[in-house]
Amino acid sequence: MSRIGVFICHCGHNIAGTVDVQAVVDQVRQHPDVTFTADYKYMCSDPGQQLIKDSINNYKLDGVVVAACSPAMHETTFRRTVASVGLNPYRCESANIREQCSWVHQHDQNAATQKAIAIARSIAEKVAGNEELQNLILPLTHRTLVIGGGIAGMQAALDVADAGYPVVLVERECQLGGKMVQLSSTYLNFSAAPDMLQQIIDRLSHHPNIQVLTNAEVTEVSGYVGNFKVHVSRSESGGSKEINGKSLFSAANPQSTTLDFFFDIGAIIVTTGWQPYDLTLLPEYGGVEIPDVVDALTFEKMLASGDQIRRPSDGKVPREIVFVQCAGSRDRERGVPYCSKVCCMVVAKQAMLYRERVPDGQAYVFYIDIHSAGKGYDEYVQHAMTDYQVLYLRGKVSRIFQEDGKVIVWGADTLSGRTIEITADLVVLATPMTPDHSAIELGQRLHISTDANGFFNEAHPKLRPVESLTAGIFLAGAGQGPKDIPETIAQASGAAAKVLQLFSHDEMTASPMVATVISELCAACGACVKACPYGARQIHPLRRIATVNAALCQSCGACVVACPNKASQVHNWRPDQILAMMDEMI
Amino acid sequence: MFDTTFIDQVNTLSEQTIQDCYHCHKCTAGCPVASEMDYGPDRVLRMVQLGEKERLLSSHDIWLCASCETCGARCPNEIDIARVIDALRQFALDTRLRPVPMVIAEPDAVKFNRLFLFVVQNMGRMHEATLLASYKLWTRNLLADMDSGAIMIMKGKVPLLPHVIKARKDVKRIFETTRMENR
Repeated sequence: MSRIGVFICHCGHNIAGTVDVQAVVDQVRQHPDVTFTADYKYMCSDPGQQLIKDSINNYKLDGVVVAACSPAMHETTFRRTVASVGLNPYRCESANIREQCSWVHQHDQNAATQKAIAIARSIAEKVAGNEELQNLILPLTHRTLVIGGGIAGMQAALDVADAGYPVVLVERECQLGGKMVQLSSTYLNFSAAPDMLQQIIDRLSHHPNIQVLTNAEVTEVSGYVGNFKVHVSRSESGGSKEINGKSLFSAANPQSTTLDFFFDIGAIIVTTGWQPYDLTLLPEYGGVEIPDVVDALTFEKMLASGDQIRRPSDGKVPREIVFVQCAGSRDRERGVPYCSKVCCMVVAKQAMLYRERVPDGQAYVFYIDIHSAGKGYDEYVQHAMTDYQVLYLRGKVSRIFQEDGKVIVWGADTLSGRTIEITADLVVLATPMTPDHSAIELGQRLHISTDANGFFNEAHPKLRPVESLTAGIFLAGAGQGPKDIPETIAQASGAAAKVLQLFSHDEMTASPMVATVISELCAACGACVKACPYGARQIHPLRRIATVNAALCQSCGACVVACPNKASQVHNWRPDQILAMMDEMI
Repeated sequence: MFDTTFIDQVNTLSEQTIQDCYHCHKCTAGCPVASEMDYGPDRVLRMVQLGEKERLLSSHDIWLCASCETCGARCPNEIDIARVIDALRQFALDTRLRPVPMVIAEPDAVKFNRLFLFVVQNMGRMHEATLLASYKLWTRNLLADMDSGAIMIMKGKVPLLPHVIKARKDVKRIFETTRMENR
């Protein structure tokens, strides 16, 4: 027999406006396990909580039901309240008579009241059967793995390492720096990208807390937040080989040796970055056939080389250059549907740099819209139009072809209602960022999902942009979506902050309401192992019974259903409890 | 190669930076005569940006502009479009600047402007009756607008005798000096 206190909340008019609270109090009081009942306007308020605490002490209650809002709102609050006066928090539960009762039955107050009584009494039944549970304490490895050594990965690694924790940074290529290493200079003030990058790379390479592995790939990850086991393979031959988009090591190249590293990791930051759009998908722009049609990253390399800009075909300096924005982006039919965010700014920068290198040259930009949403960004693009005499033409280019050694561009200017034909020396296609080719496969290995375009999914688009839906795995940079350097750095530091948040404790706590095995009933048939979607169960090789990895268990109950002997049960969600609750309701 | 001569000339003459225009259309949206125009003030600026000199100077728009300055007051890029249109008018009338041959789309507007200034220059002040009479004779259109004309006369807006001012000779001298300077 339990001594349960049931506290019914009015929640202002939210509950009391529909449910007859007094009737609930009276009916619940009659349950044999209920010793005490009370009602109050706002149970979550300080006086409400004090009422609970005082009642526990005065009436020696050993269980509490708060019939109020959804447990998602305040179950944690009330569990903390009862714990503060020494009652086990898992002997306290919420009975949802608001979201699932008063709010949805406002037109039938009688029925709502009867339902509220049934709900409150059934939860009292459940609490009567609840065991006193303790939170699980899990170990926590304070080491971070950063996958990808571009600007995002390097910034995140530095932030975590500066806080005093060891970091392992894995980079597939033979050098750090990602795509940023190919840039000539950056907007807004044409700072030299190589200089900025070199400072970061130097600091990283000499940092006592950071271990850098280049020519390396993460081949296997197992475990869970705080306790990942990671296998990294490093090729000594210099660079990874790629066949059909999959990365191979010693298999194809007998000269190289592979080194294997195994790490215990507490948190993972995924910063795999981007790669340029495949130009073979733009045949109407002559993407691959015409040597004088290049993409923005290639033009960037031409600018970065320090030499004068020259046409790939004959080496002459181009006097008429056309930039085509939205080449492949914002194209539901044949390209990618999204806007790649950075191209409007990149093209303005490249057009201005071209005008500086070739002062008697003319630059044209074909655009649909100008997306310049950042501090000083719009003024920067206006600067290109006004002070650098870059001619911006509003219309999408329909066709680019070769004629007599020149490149003909067919476009339009909707602002004047004209079609425009330009005979160009060089054409630069501003193609979209696409995710790195390794992203989808890596996502599967880490159990993090990617969206329809291959970018990693964040836990919440607005409120949790740097976390994945898998605990302990964080995201930053262009792998999560197209973005430029300032946003990348912001996300990298944000992800690092999340890691440091995780690492601020010595251990992790986990909910104790996990599956458990009644060993006398277990026949080691293995049905629960197959049923578990989280890989939380296995058959113990020596004891020959099923065991549960409490840290991985998500209490879904699939194992309970699968077990033919009823050996698998979830703490405080036992079949006898559920049957008792149903008896109360029916 | 794209020729920026025309943009530069118009910029200098109007003292505006036409490349600042990003074609939001706010000027056209607020222009009281836009519905009568071929293009509207925004498209006029676009044609300057693209160097379409002939089309522009032979359009009706540059003569229909009433110089009300609504466009310039509202432009988010601080461009005084009415001044640009004024500069284009100068272009159209200045034989040194305009393309040859060229047709003025609204010759009556030019006549009215010329007569207006002629009256002020010689009488020291506007005299509506003289302007009306000479305009109708010059355009050989005696009966146009007589409905609003009759109302204006009844309301006393068209005095028969001109208002004589003391400094008539000074006004004439201002005109002559300005004309000399702009030669």
